[in-house]
Amino acid sequence: MVHIEVNGRATAEEVEDRTLLVHYVRDVLGLTGTNVGCDTTSCGACTVLLDGESVKSCTVLAAQADGHAVTTVEGLGANGELHPVQRAFREQHGLQCGFCTPGMMMASVSLLNENPKPSRDEVRVALEGNLCRCTGYHNIVSAVMDASKQEVEG
Amino acid sequence: MIPAAFTYRRASTVDEALALLAEHGDDAKVLAGGHSLLPLMKLRFAAPEVLIDMAGVADLRYVRLDGDRVRIGALTRYHDLQHDGILLEHARLVAHAAGEVGDPQVRHRGTIGGSVAHADPAADVPAALLASDATLVITGPQGTREVPITEFFLGPFTTSLGADELLTEIVVPSHAGQGWGFEKFTRRAIDWAIVGVAAVGGSVALINMAGTPLRARAVEAALADGASIEDAAAHAAEGTSPVDEAHAGADYRKHLAGVLTARALEQVAGRPPAGLT
Amino acid sequence: MSVMGTRVVRIEDQKLITSGGVYVDDLREPLLNGAAHAAFVRSPLAHARILGIDTAAAREAPGVVGVFTAADLDITKADDDPRTEPWLAGDKVRYVGEPVALVLTEHRYQLADAAELVDVDYDPLPAVIGFDDAVNGDTLLFDGTDSNVAQRHGGPFGDATFDGCEAVVTHTIVNQRVAPAPLETRGASCAWGEDGRLTAWLSTQNAQIGRGAIAAGLGVDPALVRVVTPDVGGGFGAKIGSPDEAIVLGWAAKRIGRGVRWTETRSENLTSMTHGRAQRQVVTIGGRRDGTVEAFRLYVEQDMGAYPRAPFLPTLTELMASGVYHFPVVETESVAVCTTTTPIGAYRGAGRPEATAAVERAMDLFAAEIGMDPAEVRRVNFIRPEEFPFTTASGANYDTGEYAAVLDKVLAAAGYPELRAEQVKRRESGDVVALGIGVSVYVEITGGDASGESGRVDINPDGTVTAYTGSSPHGQGLATTLVMLLSDRLGIPMDRITLRFGDTDEVPKAVGTFGSRSLQLGGSAVAQAADKVIERARELAADLLEASPDDIELNLADGGWQVRGAAGAGTVSWSSVAERADPPLSEDVWFADGKPTFPFGAHIAVVEVDTATGKVRVRRMVAVDDAGPVLNPLTFRGQRHGGLAQGVAQALLEIMDYDEDGNPVTATLADYSFITAAELPDFELVDSETPTTRNLLGVKGIGEAATIGSTPAVQSAVVDALAHLGVRHVDMPATPQRVWQAINDAKEAV
Repeated sequence: MVHIEVNGRATAEEVEDRTLLVHYVRDVLGLTGTNVGCDTTSCGACTVLLDGESVKSCTVLAAQADGHAVTTVEGLGANGELHPVQRAFREQHGLQCGFCTPGMMMASVSLLNENPKPSRDEVRVALEGNLCRCTGYHNIVSAVMDASKQEVEG
Repeated sequence: MIPAAFTYRRASTVDEALALLAEHGDDAKVLAGGHSLLPLMKLRFAAPEVLIDMAGVADLRYVRLDGDRVRIGALTRYHDLQHDGILLEHARLVAHAAGEVGDPQVRHRGTIGGSVAHADPAADVPAALLASDATLVITGPQGTREVPITEFFLGPFTTSLGADELLTEIVVPSHAGQGWGFEKFTRRAIDWAIVGVAAVGGSVALINMAGTPLRARAVEAALADGASIEDAAAHAAEGTSPVDEAHAGADYRKHLAGVLTARALEQVAGRPPAGLT
Repeated sequence: MSVMGTRVVRIEDQKLITSGGVYVDDLREPLLNGAAHAAFVRSPLAHARILGIDTAAAREAPGVVGVFTAADLDITKADDDPRTEPWLAGDKVRYVGEPVALVLTEHRYQLADAAELVDVDYDPLPAVIGFDDAVNGDTLLFDGTDSNVAQRHGGPFGDATFDGCEAVVTHTIVNQRVAPAPLETRGASCAWGEDGRLTAWLSTQNAQIGRGAIAAGLGVDPALVRVVTPDVGGGFGAKIGSPDEAIVLGWAAKRIGRGVRWTETRSENLTSMTHGRAQRQVVTIGGRRDGTVEAFRLYVEQDMGAYPRAPFLPTLTELMASGVYHFPVVETESVAVCTTTTPIGAYRGAGRPEATAAVERAMDLFAAEIGMDPAEVRRVNFIRPEEFPFTTASGANYDTGEYAAVLDKVLAAAGYPELRAEQVKRRESGDVVALGIGVSVYVEITGGDASGESGRVDINPDGTVTAYTGSSPHGQGLATTLVMLLSDRLGIPMDRITLRFGDTDEVPKAVGTFGSRSLQLGGSAVAQAADKVIERARELAADLLEASPDDIELNLADGGWQVRGAAGAGTVSWSSVAERADPPLSEDVWFADGKPTFPFGAHIAVVEVDTATGKVRVRRMVAVDDAGPVLNPLTFRGQRHGGLAQGVAQALLEIMDYDEDGNPVTATLADYSFITAAELPDFELVDSETPTTRNLLGVKGIGEAATIGSTPAVQSAVVDALAHLGVRHVDMPATPQRVWQAINDAKEAV
């Protein structure tokens, strides 16, 4: 039995020891916003916050998250309001097909927690663990700049 | 991909972990941040029957100054190392190398002890520790022993750590005030080093130029003899045996070792290196 | 004020940024309750006979619902062609990743455990890797053939083509094999309903083509198959139609009497989804020393992979061979072979990037040969604006183009003279980091399939609009664009318009999305449907207002119908018109006038090359892309950004590599160098809008243009950086080792 706080809600479920956190979130809890894009910890589509820090949930066991707090894209906004990162991704067209987007936004939130006013180059390096095939990243960087209340264009 | 089934055990103290290791022996693997082990298990290149999770051992996560040495708990994460004030003053090379590992998500999970014990010849932090003349503290059923890092790595993914032992602490002599340099050559920022060089003072360690991280002894000797950086760096490939791959052949890697060693030594000397990193 | 041409934030995004898209693996459809999970056991060998498959142990594994092989399948494929691809390999495997068996389990986590237990007895055969091996080797992939050559087109070349040219250059160029790698891998779920119909949810670009393939594969009436496209996490050409796997899944769902769901792993995707490009080309270019090109020849060797799925690729490259240039003589020929590798298919650009890379490299080589600036050589040879419509020697009929104008724009935006000055300065100072400037001017073909598209517009009695398109957007933002278009035409606010697509029950006839066709064909179709709705509504409004239809006008500001010149005399709303309509106010059209259009542009890449290590960093990407009038600059620029990144990726990083035994060595995302944000600069985009006359909207496609333009620009910039060292060419991807090797080779040649 693992006890994990997910998006502010206590969850307790009996799972196989080998259960990956991403499947705990997707298959056990039904929160399918978090996606799986690879099998080598490369793409970052599965990024969630674990105790407020970005992690790749395909490479964390649910058992390792026992007793900890997880935030997924579904828990990013509050009281019907978009999180500033969500608002900025939409405003700056920081997404196309949307598949990498939840992970990309969670990585961005974690980045801004650690570096509230990053430069465009710092954003690029900080998002190196999140792959996007559609946007060419330009507008993702713009979205993070926008979310941090800075000039969008460097 | 999904790992093969295993039994998960969580230790909350070093003694508990040692007891679990004693109980399960070769069937068990120690799990720290899991960012070396879990990817292998997902691809089923590794299939341990028991995982002993160290995450509950809270007292192995620290950086402390002890005289002129820095003591680092084995479960200290890359992210913590990268930003630690003591390391930034006394072992800046190690802090910097930790910040070069993987991506932010990996650095939020991966630990220094996990990296050293995994012994990937392409890893960044082990080479930084090698150049820093670190000592490893190993705890086993008979108590603790200290091993110079130069004696720890035996081959790719192979170390002198016993099956019933845990790496618990890394001790780094302070290199405050000494110049340091770190060059990591990759195709993409996210990649493992094709070749890397970690240098502090007159010590130089090479990443991915052999089955283990390697001290560039010929370079160090030349420097000690008063050779110029350029002349010393020309010895970088001596005694190396890099892997030969289609897009990074052995000859190319040997060439890179020389270029990068010169650039790292320029950094040691306080000059910005030329070239693209 | 019209919404057209303004920056409109996408209507697609709210869901995607809050709860995430609903992709195939996310479906919670009632029909899929209790569905089994599916995985394919795939060949680990490039080429082997299958002596036997033992599934007994797998069948006994926990949770196994079924294990099926080719021997179990009782659906047949017409196999009059010896190169027909089997659903599941039965007697022979021809690439690593070819499906051999299907495993079905109760739970996702049981799949890999059971699949490991399927024991296939392989008798290895020699691998066939690369064109030369396919043509010259002793090993044939297919019994009943006498050659691995699957197709020849064009040729023969003239004996005297280049006679009389003052300068002639010839070079072999590799346009390497790459992986499309959409972030969402392939997936499909299938379930048969109590009504005897199959519903298949596919991650596809074309539900209707998928339905046709599944119905044909299963041998059932297409009316018995419904394909539904959930959100799709990118396609890039590699999700056209239905994967064969979905047909096997549809069969299995019937066999086990319950639904099945399949999502491939990434490692599986990298060997089992089609790859792109994979051409080796020989270009020959000749002309005068004043820069005038007199003849151009392109010979293409196409690696098709194990099965010839995409015969159109090399011929499309031939069609677009001469690019933006008015060459008096153009000769092309292609030879396509089968090898024991993953089959090749469409990937962003599909045949045109290969053509553009060939001709743009040739222009650079010619410029170097005669000692002329590469931008100037291009300018001398452009097709001039007054020559349009222009039919090229290879048979393409270009609509409109302003090639010199876009070149001028990009040179000005990049500061070309200043860049050249900086390059000289660096060379003179002996800087270890060289500067390279790559110029590429391109034209491509969109909507090149020249078929049509469906569009339907319904005005509902409450005044809202439901529109249906045969296009199938999966990230492009087409829903926003089409709703803008309808809002503009109908005078109805965007939030009262709903766009439906991707469900064959709702849109039975369609082609879908590929080849950058969606706006010019799908957009024209809904626009045409809207125009027909307006004409019918005018009659109805005339009745209501007791006036002649000729005197009735639609007030676009508020969407009301009124008598012209008598606005105060009363208006009737769309709602009242729709309420009166019998039959309902609905128009369903097939936009059949689907002629290809020819977007064009000019790109400049600025790179830095570390001459000591070979490392390349892209410093700037400046792009002019002209696809006619821009409906939504936000999404238009987004398409260009993505295209630019994929071009840089192919030029510098990405390659699907095989060893000599046919083992893929880049089969995970840890090994395949997918480009990240850290390898890219901010993009500098310059606008240009030259309309076409070939569709209702005057638009051309933008989905692939920037990939086509940027790839050779970056490659050219790398070569340009090293020109002073004697380097004339570096194949893609320009890896550090290759660049370093090119420098060394040039040194040795001196």
